[in-house]
Amino acid sequence: MLTDMRFSPGAVLAPGVDWLNANFHPLFAFISRVVDAVLGGFEAALLALPAWGVIALVTALALVMINVRTAVLAAAMLGFCLLSGLWTASMQTLALVSVSVLLSVMIAFPLGILAARFKRFEQASSPVLNIMQTVPPWVYLIPAVMIFSLGKVPAIMATVIYGVAPMMRLTTLAFRQVPRHLLELGQALGATPRVILCKIEIPSAAPTLLVGLNQCILLSLAMVVLAGLVGAGGLGAEVTRGLTRMEMGLGLRAGLAIVAVALLLDRLSRGLLQRKPVRQH
Amino acid sequence: MKSSVSCADDVLVSCRGVWKVFGEHIEDAIQASRDQGISKKQILQDHGCVIGVSDVSLDVKRGEIFCIMGLSGSGKSTLIRLLNKLIEPSAGQVLVKGQDLATLDGPALRNVRSQHIGMVFQSVALLPHRTVLENVAFGLEVQGVAKAERLSAAQRSLDKVGLSDWASRYPSELSGGMQQRVGLARVLTCDPEIILMDEPFSALDPLIRRQLQDEFRSLTKSLGKSAVFITHDLEEAIRLGDRIAIMKDGVIIQVGTAEDIVLNPADGYVADFVAGISRLHLVRAHSVMACHAAWGMRHPHIDLATLPVAGPQADLDELINCLVLSRREALLIVDDGQPIGIVTPTDLLRGVQGAEREARA
Repeated sequence: MLTDMRFSPGAVLAPGVDWLNANFHPLFAFISRVVDAVLGGFEAALLALPAWGVIALVTALALVMINVRTAVLAAAMLGFCLLSGLWTASMQTLALVSVSVLLSVMIAFPLGILAARFKRFEQASSPVLNIMQTVPPWVYLIPAVMIFSLGKVPAIMATVIYGVAPMMRLTTLAFRQVPRHLLELGQALGATPRVILCKIEIPSAAPTLLVGLNQCILLSLAMVVLAGLVGAGGLGAEVTRGLTRMEMGLGLRAGLAIVAVALLLDRLSRGLLQRKPVRQH
Repeated sequence: MKSSVSCADDVLVSCRGVWKVFGEHIEDAIQASRDQGISKKQILQDHGCVIGVSDVSLDVKRGEIFCIMGLSGSGKSTLIRLLNKLIEPSAGQVLVKGQDLATLDGPALRNVRSQHIGMVFQSVALLPHRTVLENVAFGLEVQGVAKAERLSAAQRSLDKVGLSDWASRYPSELSGGMQQRVGLARVLTCDPEIILMDEPFSALDPLIRRQLQDEFRSLTKSLGKSAVFITHDLEEAIRLGDRIAIMKDGVIIQVGTAEDIVLNPADGYVADFVAGISRLHLVRAHSVMACHAAWGMRHPHIDLATLPVAGPQADLDELINCLVLSRREALLIVDDGQPIGIVTPTDLLRGVQGAEREARA
């Protein structure tokens, strides 16, 4: 009967995850430990100084390395996190996002370049990326928790899966857009492929790569908040608490703190990467 | 490597039966075109291949500016890219300083490109995120030359093209003509013997273009460089080229000096091209003069010895000036003190008029 017909990918995937769990447990445990250690380092670094110290340091660095506007914005955003009483949670979220974005970029950047170089690889990866971007993000949390158990590591893993897609797509686009005459120039000057990559392609691709990084950061932030559901802590946990207890004030404060962290990360990353004056026509 | 240089002393770049065909079934297409003389259009229909360059052989000698003139789609941009192997030939050999490019491995090819054969692009291809000076030094940077050294070399090249004051600007702050000078300075910094110029001045306005043509020619000559210069403008080719190759549909139809091409076009296509070209500076006395003895017989009252004289290499412009200022009936052409011919106002007018001379006479 038609009503009896069911397509249930979970029936295939769940045993698959179990099998992975049973046979590759040491590997996952190792990944888990490494990610945990890196994340712990980030968190400890952010929380080692008193809040005012961190704010002063970030503001000073932004002033020296970027510009006054960014410095003022950074001070205001971090100040808000402190004054709303969510300093520790904000720093945890900041650490989670930083580690996730770092991992996403490390995976997406080389894959994106490969896709720009080899049409076949792009054609094969495109549907996978589509699925990764359209499946509701908390669905990733289930296998992630099954493999890495509750806590911060599955949150990061799910976030990375979510963040890789936009970064990889925009990396591919960025490298496709490098003008052909610049590549010819590199060849005609007798440059090695590595020099062409580092001195011609990456600088020319930078504006689009920045958009990719920006997207990656914002999507990762959205996902990290969602990951509050699996015990990742940080601002996500505060939002979850506000929701379950129907505490409007807490939910709103946590929500605004997330906006503050998003703005901070966006402007800082943009400012740092655009430091060299690129004057367009 | 040095030994092969000395045996191919005066030919720096040499193409021998070079083909470039885009598409699949390349071998069949080349064979059909070569053996049966099938046209480019027919090859595209029968084999689905586009012929870019068809059986080109040419030699570029040391110290000469070799212009390749053709309209868009004639294959000239493909041809110049074969000379430094930015494009790989489908058949035939390209030799640079006696070395077959096809036999070189990656590092050797990069060495040839960085040391011996530079290139300037129509689009200039400056890196927007670098200053003018850094752009000019980029060739040496790629070769791993130390920073201080490459920047001072770059500054010297900028001096040569008259842009020393613009070193710390960014390319987008420069006008088109200045950008192209930067492109020229960049290639000079690497100090190659051969410079490939891919329609470098095509996008510039006529005045700037002329100025750059003159500068390029004098710079190339004073530095003793050889150049292959691509253009779609026959006047540019004539101003610059020691020799000119005319290209059509991937084939080189005629190679020769400007005077050769203007006076003896190989076919109707070349003739159409040269029809509009001013002959004043191209046509020389020896090709318009008539027999002085016969003229003397017809004009017994004129003493040839009193006529103003000019050399056989004097061009029409000089001859006209000379004749008009002297207010005489004709000019005596003298070589090594011996009269060899005579030029009358009629000869001059016919010379200016050009190839239709016989048809109208």
